[in-house]
Formats: sequence, C-alpha cells, structure tokens
Amino acid sequence: MIRILGLSACIAALAIASYGVVAAAVGVRRRDAALVRSARSAAYTNFALMAVANLAMVYGLVTHDFSIDYVAQVGSRATPLYFTIISLWSSLEGSILFWGLVLSFYTALAVWITRGKLGALGAYANAAMLGVGVFFYLLLVGPANPWGLVSPAPMDGPGPNPLLQNHWLMGVHPPLLYLGYVGMTVPFGFAVGALLSGRLDDTWLRVTHRWTVAAWGLLSLAIVAGMWWSYEVLGWGGWWAWDPVENASFMPWLTATAFMHSAMVQERRGLLRVWNMSLIIATFVLTILGTFLTRSGIISSVHAFSEGPIGMYFLAFIAVVLVVSLALVAGRSSELRSDGHLDNMVSRETVFLVNNLLLTAFTFTVLLGTMFPLVAEALRGEKVSVGAPFFNQMTLPICVLLLFLIGVGPMLPWRVANMDEFKRRTRIPALALVVTLVVALTLGLRDVWGLIAFSFAAWSGAANIQEFAHGTAARRRAGGGRWLPSLAGLIRSNPQRYGGYIAHLGLITTAIGMTGSSVLQSDILATVRPGESIELSGYTVRFDELWADNQSHRFAVGADLTVLIANREVGRMDPRLNFYAGRDEPIMTPSVRSRPHKDLYVNLSAFEQDGSSATLHVIVEPLVVWIWIGSFIVAFGALVSLVGGRRTRTVSPIRRGAPVEQAV
Amino acid sequence: MMNWRRAAIGIAIALPVIGLLAYGMTLDPTARPSTMPGRPAPEFALRVMDSAPPDTARLSDQLGRVVVLNFWASWCIPCRVEHPELALASSKYQARGVKFFGVLYDDSEANGRSWIREVGGQGYPALIDERSRTAIDYGLYGVPETFIIDQQGRVVQKHIGPITADQLSAIIDPLLAGTPQERAPAPDTMQAPDAS
Repeated sequence: MIRILGLSACIAALAIASYGVVAAAVGVRRRDAALVRSARSAAYTNFALMAVANLAMVYGLVTHDFSIDYVAQVGSRATPLYFTIISLWSSLEGSILFWGLVLSFYTALAVWITRGKLGALGAYANAAMLGVGVFFYLLLVGPANPWGLVSPAPMDGPGPNPLLQNHWLMGVHPPLLYLGYVGMTVPFGFAVGALLSGRLDDTWLRVTHRWTVAAWGLLSLAIVAGMWWSYEVLGWGGWWAWDPVENASFMPWLTATAFMHSAMVQERRGLLRVWNMSLIIATFVLTILGTFLTRSGIISSVHAFSEGPIGMYFLAFIAVVLVVSLALVAGRSSELRSDGHLDNMVSRETVFLVNNLLLTAFTFTVLLGTMFPLVAEALRGEKVSVGAPFFNQMTLPICVLLLFLIGVGPMLPWRVANMDEFKRRTRIPALALVVTLVVALTLGLRDVWGLIAFSFAAWSGAANIQEFAHGTAARRRAGGGRWLPSLAGLIRSNPQRYGGYIAHLGLITTAIGMTGSSVLQSDILATVRPGESIELSGYTVRFDELWADNQSHRFAVGADLTVLIANREVGRMDPRLNFYAGRDEPIMTPSVRSRPHKDLYVNLSAFEQDGSSATLHVIVEPLVVWIWIGSFIVAFGALVSLVGGRRTRTVSPIRRGAPVEQAV
Repeated sequence: MMNWRRAAIGIAIALPVIGLLAYGMTLDPTARPSTMPGRPAPEFALRVMDSAPPDTARLSDQLGRVVVLNFWASWCIPCRVEHPELALASSKYQARGVKFFGVLYDDSEANGRSWIREVGGQGYPALIDERSRTAIDYGLYGVPETFIIDQQGRVVQKHIGPITADQLSAIIDPLLAGTPQERAPAPDTMQAPDAS
C-alpha cells in the first residue's frame, strides 16, 4: 500500500513538473498569466508530492516493509532506529528521493517568494528549476526507482553499509550536502531565467543572493562534517584525502565562493556580468558532475554507490545543461557586456578579481586532478591515479595566497584606495604577521608552509577583527553606549558585510586548524605488551588489555588504554578493529581525545590473537578541533548575513543613472 | 537577441567535455585484476548445517575434485534468483564427482534453514561460516559470489552476482575433461550489480 502511494507520488511529480515546464514557457510566449500561475502551482504541488513520497519511504523503513525494494536493500531489523531513518539516503535510490524532496522544496519556496514580481524572468526560472526536477523525478520512476516490489518479501535485510552506520555524523553530512548542493539550483535557475527572458540586468543576482549564501553556508558545513566523519571513523588520522568525491563537493564550493565575491562586484560596479553567469552555471554543473561521479561509478572512490544505468541518464542531463547554458551565455554575451570599468588597481574590486582568478585556478587544478585518470585513459590508454601529493603541491600556494587576500579585501575600499589610509590600516595586521612569524620561529617551527600559513592567518585575522573594532569604536563615539551593543548595532547596520567578515574569521580558524594538524602532527607506531606504555608529546598511553566482542553484525577487537599526563591518569581510550562480514580488511575505529590545543588519536593497528601484544598507532594532532569550530563560525557568518536584519543602508548610487535596489 | 554564431561556439566548447564523460562510462574503474584466479584457494573448515553426527567440511578433503563454492544469504534477493540454476547444475555434476558447497554469509542459521525449506531444499551441504572468517579469506564483496576450484585446489574463476547453470557448465566441463588450465587466469565475471 505504502509502496503504491510512494510510487504514485513520484509518477505524479514527474507529470506535473513536466507540465509546469511547458506551462511556464508557453505562458510567457502567449502572455497568458493564468498559465504562468498554473506553472507556479505545479512547483507547490511537487513539493507536497515529494513530501508524501519521502514520508512513505521513511514509514516503510521504520516498519521494516521488506516488500519495498529499497527497504529490502538497506533495511535490517537489527539496525537502530536512528540509522534506519537515515538509511533514507544511504543508498542510490533513497538519496535521489531525498534530493527530489530538497529540490522541490527550494523550487516551491523560490517561486513563492518571487511570485508575480519578476514577469518572464520568474516564469523561466520556474521552468528551469522544474526542468531540473523533471530529470530527478524521471530517475525515480526509471533507473533509480526505489519502489520495486519484492515478492515474496524477505524476513530481514542486510542493513546499510557498515561504514555508514557507526557514527552519528552520517545523519548530518549527507543532508547538509544535499541542502547545499541542491540550493545551487536556485541561482542557476534564475540565471537561466535571465538569459531566456533577456532581462540581463542585476535582478537575477539580487534575487538569488540569499540563496547562494545559504547554499554556500550549508555546503561549507557539509564539507567539514564529511572531514570530521572521515577523521572520526576511517582511522587514518587525516580529514581530507582528495578523493574524487570529496573533490566533487569541494569544486562547487570554490566556484560559489568566487561567485559570492564577484556578484558583489557586479552589484556595486556593473562589472563581470558574463563571468558571473558562467560561474553560477559552472557551480550548478559541478554539483551535477559530482553527483554523476558518485552515482555512475565512472571514477573509483570510497563513496561510490552501486552502479547501474543511471550513469547514462546523468550524462545526458549534463550534456543538456552544458549545451543549453553555454549556448545561452555565449549567445547573449554581447548583451552581457560590462557597463563599468576598473578605476584603479588598488581597490576592493581588484582584490576580488584576484580572488576569483585564484579560486578558478584552484577549481581547475582540482578538476584536472580528478578527471586526469579519465583523460589519460582516453588519450593514452593508461591507467593512472592522481594522489594527494599532486593536489597538495598544486593547491598549497593558492591556499596561502587566498588566506592572505582574506585580510586585504576588507581593508580596501571600492573604486580607489587612499594609499595613506590603506597603509595606516595595515599596521596592526602587519604587526600580527611579524609577531606570529617570530614566535613560531622561536618555538622551533621550521616548516616553510607552516610559517607562511600561520603568519598569513594572523595577518588576515587581525585585519578582519580590526574592521569590527574600528566600526564598533566609531559607533561608540557617535552614540555612546557600551561595546557589545555597539558591535551588535554595527553588524545589524550591514549584515551582509559583517556576516562575510565573520565567515572570513571562520575560514581563518579552519586554516589554522588545518595547518596545525598537518604541520605539527607527530606520531609513533609501536607494539606493546599489557602494562607497557607509549610516550608521545607529553602523553603516556598505557596498554592495559585486549578484548574481543562478537556482535550481531561484526566481530570487534579492542584495546583498553589508560592515558596519563605527567604520571596522572586523565582518561581511558579504546580503539578497535571491526571485522565486518564480506570485507577483506577490518575497519579501524580510532579512539580520539579532543582538547582545544591538541587531539590524541589512537588506532589499534594489529594484535596478537592471544592478547599478548598490540600494535598501536598513536597520533598527536595539534589544533585539529579548530577545523570543526571554524566551520561553525563560517556557517554563523552566513546566517548573520542572511537574517541579520533588513538592509536599510542606502548605497550611494555609484553608477550614475543606475538606481541600485537593495531589497532582496 | 541571441547571437546564434556565438551560441554555436558555446556548444562546441561543451562537446569535448561530454565526449570525455561518455568515454568514461565505457570504463570500469573498479575492474582491478583479481588476485584470486589461478591462486590456491584458501583452506576452510566449516561446520555443516544440520549434520548428524556433526560434520566439518574441509577444502583439503576435496583435493582431486572440482569444487563449487557458493556464498549466499537468506536476505539476498539475487541468491533466490540464482538458486534453481545452482540446483540444476549440482544435480547434473554431483554425480560426476563435482562437490558443491553453499556458504551461509552474514546470516543466522535459523534464517538459512527456513530459506532452504522455502526454496525446496538445496541438494548440497550448507556451511556455517562463523564470524564470516571464510568470507574474509575469500575476499567476498557481496552475495552471491561463486568460486570454482579445480582438482589441484586452485581458484579457476570467481563469479560475482547470480550464476547460471550454463555458465557453470562452461567452466566445469573443461576441468572434468582435463583440459589444462595453463591459459592466463580469466578475469572475474560479473553478472548484475551486487546486492551486498
């Protein structure tokens, strides 16, 4: 019953979305307002249908209805409720179903907010977003149909992939990723709407500004949640491996970051209009490419879903999106010509341009590294793999330059900088840079990249904090009052700007965490007998005993450890090895003791079956916790710029004759 | 107005990218040379389900015989599809000295027993793989997977996904005929997406 309900909802969604695309397009051509309105209703209806379909699947999972194909694939009576619910996205079909829900929600919301305000642009945007929906609903009815009938229904199922059911973060990382990924459909939809309707002014940018920020913030959180999960679960002590699918989530983040900055240049100065269109289309295409890479099995990855004919559908969809949007941008490029020009090399827009160049170069590097195995096999028939060293070597210089620029941008005004003023502002950041460098050298840090990264982080951190300090001080001088209310007032006065600076500070925090954990990391691999200890940077890790536990789905071997600092017991740890049926190698479950200044990370690498010895990998990773904290600051910054109050600030019209609307 | 010449240039830029991805679709990135075919099959000693008196099946006891080792589970849907084919092949070849074993994978013995009843019997011993140690030794990716082991105890072929009686015949017949297996080890065959 529930199976039929879910399947019907998906079929109806496909039909209604297809109708909506046609109705919106024909409605605009014929200037038929009723038809355009009905296309909007299609968007609302689709959201309701997808909600029904997703609830039906969750119901099927929770009630263990193994007659539903998807439930038979990922369900199991032994799986705890939490992991049963989140197995909605643990496999291909369910993840597409969830994607459909998020997409239909965004589409409905975007259409509702802009209803009746944007004319042809809004109608075409609705058509574009519904068109993307058609593709996903088609998958749900065709190659990724989760609603197949299993008869007779099995008594029990295998449960989700073991890697996906041993950490709560799996309930957080995928939905955040989808919310971020799918959110990029909205700015893309409005960009296509602008191109199709010929209304090529800044309307589409202003309308979608908040969407981009929201999607970007969610994507930031998602990427870091993925790092965190990999750190806590995979047991190699790292948080980023340049895996193709990690790269796939990172590339749209890079282009979206570039877009948020270059969009400001267009809003303020009327520059970079073709560029912005291209960036947002690239961002959307990269999200689809990322999904294609995971779902088609085209590139080998730890994230790979099971394969099937779905890859061909994605390929066709990417082809359509690429051909249509590139044709549209190229065909309209003469109309998208900039109506402003750069006044001065030393100005905020110049920094944004450099930032965009670096971010684009970054994206290309990651794209090249990710796709190179494919290119090499196509051209030379060789199987090659591109490993982390390539990515690290190529991207580190870009990363530190970006880290430096995060500090420069806020200190420069739009148009033309007053050089004396600029020099005065750089005093404190420059001091912070030098002091950090000297302190780091004194403390014995000799790694060149580490020195550069810490100093640049200090520079940029000081520069961004200085913006808050100056602004707050000015408000206090003007209105009196205390620091905190003045600071809050400052942020409220221009949430977009100060939210951005908060996000900067978050990124700087993350960068410090990344630098600390990679440059200052120390580790030791040792085999110990019960009672013996391993010492590493102030910690003493004593091996007490080995234990084994035969659980329903796995066989676990663990080591009980006592952690001592200066001969005082401070805690216990229990790294394990889990043997899952059907896997060649055991899965390590590390034990992590997190503290603000450093993490103690212990892995059980091997053991003697009689418990006489264990091989432990002990890693001390300074500052790693700041990577996660930084991502929360980034998300908070995005939130501030979204909901920090209406922008009441009136911008002095920079371009004469071009009124700058600010309402979003 | 749209400038169609420029639009054509835009499309021309898109084509190589699409071509590259299309080419990628023809490759199988997970195809890695299996270490199994041609190598000695890992030894196992597994309890035979419902055997009285309790019996243990050992691979080393089967030297000189062709062995078909099939991993299955009651929750595995393709296993159900595969079952009649295996039953057919086993009834044909067991008389000719080929030994069939079904190894129950990641499943309770009770589930396995009722499954066998449900499908009308298995016709060859069902083995209980405690803690999936044997599955780990054989590098199982999912179920069903079938290993065909020759008279010298070497893995001749590893088949991923449901196997058919015809496919089994194509592998077993040459072994029984004594055709030397000196040719290059066959790559893993793959039937359907695994259901692990």
